[in-house]
Amino acid sequence: MPGAKERELRRRIGSVQSTKKITRAMELIAATRVVKAMQRSNEAKPYATQVTGVIENLTAAGTQVSHPLLRQAQKVERVGVIAITSDRGLAGSYNAAVIKAAERQIDAARTDGADYSLILIGKKAIDYFTFRNYKIDASYVGMSDTPTYENAREVAGKVVEMFESGEVDRVELAYTEFVTMGTQRVTVRKYLPLVSTTDMADKGDGSSDALAEFEFEPSPAGVLESLLPRYMESRLYSALLEAAASEHANRQRAMKAATDNAEDLIIKLSREMNQARQASITTEIMEIVSGAEALGGDDPATIQAILDYTEGTTV
Amino acid sequence: MQVELVSPERITFSGEAAKVIVRTVGGGDLEFLAGHVPFIGVLQVSAAKVISDEGREIFAIHQGFVQMSNDKVTILSDVSERKEDIDVPRAEKAKAAAQTAHDANPEDAEAAAALRRANVRLQVAAGELDG
Repeated sequence: MPGAKERELRRRIGSVQSTKKITRAMELIAATRVVKAMQRSNEAKPYATQVTGVIENLTAAGTQVSHPLLRQAQKVERVGVIAITSDRGLAGSYNAAVIKAAERQIDAARTDGADYSLILIGKKAIDYFTFRNYKIDASYVGMSDTPTYENAREVAGKVVEMFESGEVDRVELAYTEFVTMGTQRVTVRKYLPLVSTTDMADKGDGSSDALAEFEFEPSPAGVLESLLPRYMESRLYSALLEAAASEHANRQRAMKAATDNAEDLIIKLSREMNQARQASITTEIMEIVSGAEALGGDDPATIQAILDYTEGTTV
Repeated sequence: MQVELVSPERITFSGEAAKVIVRTVGGGDLEFLAGHVPFIGVLQVSAAKVISDEGREIFAIHQGFVQMSNDKVTILSDVSERKEDIDVPRAEKAKAAAQTAHDANPEDAEAAAALRRANVRLQVAAGELDG
């Protein structure tokens, strides 16, 4: 019969082992999803680049328009904060970092005497801010795992509408930028107002042939007018895609750490268990020997009889 | 002449073509041939035709832009679908819904746009514009 301590340790090893199986599976799933998310992010790049390219060409043509999205408020009354988090946890500090960044934006707005509006993507941010009694203007769940362009359009539409109606005067976008497989960075970008078309064009890679003399239909201003909303959607879409890739990369890392920890724990617990087993064996032998000594002194026949009796039942 | 159809989620088409026909918001069809002057235009909900030596490909375009420069035509569109990618039953359902909304309120620009999208989709799917 193993001792109570040994039994307890054996049970814990079993439980750590099954946890390890789960974390290992999650690690592998996350690994494949990072690859997919990166691929989607890359596939979305040509569009974003082309849209920026058209803006570059428009700027080169000297187009200056007054568009609601370019409105610079004299005094910022209310700051909109968009936070992109995930719906599910187990991704290390991924969500906490974005939430902290968003909260800092809110604090900064308050310091400047402005109000805030929260636009939250992902259940984690919603839970956090609801629990702390922040007022939430819009929230979206179910899109952060595999975002579609339709999702981006929905959110961008809402934000642009808030901005155009004057509800917010500035919008900041907090999300996790996917730099490489190993590096993801929490970033806060100014989403609105757009500074100027020149500024947007500067973000392009300069590959467009800005020197060419373009013809525009209906007019440069008309093109820009229908282009700007697309530009907003496209920017949000690429932020969503990067955030999704970062989420999976973070989850993969967190789960790898969990699996490694489980392995260490199993080794530690096994050692403890072996020690406990050895201790109980030693105790039992000691008991037998002292029992034999008490009964028959050093009569070999008695000792042998006791040993025969106990054989197989203890050690 | 290089042609590329780019949607936000991916590149729908990329290849060589002899000419490309699109319809801009002005209402007229535009035909691009090699050597066309640099051009940027806003597109209608319409069909875009890409004609090459091998044949012609027709795409349903849900608004977007066309940019022509250096003998390269780029069509940027939220949605650009090939004939075989179009879900006809869904488009028919969308058309019926849009028609009802449009009849109820002819001023509703949203419904009118939805109706036009559904119509273009169905026309492309049925191959009506193949000729």
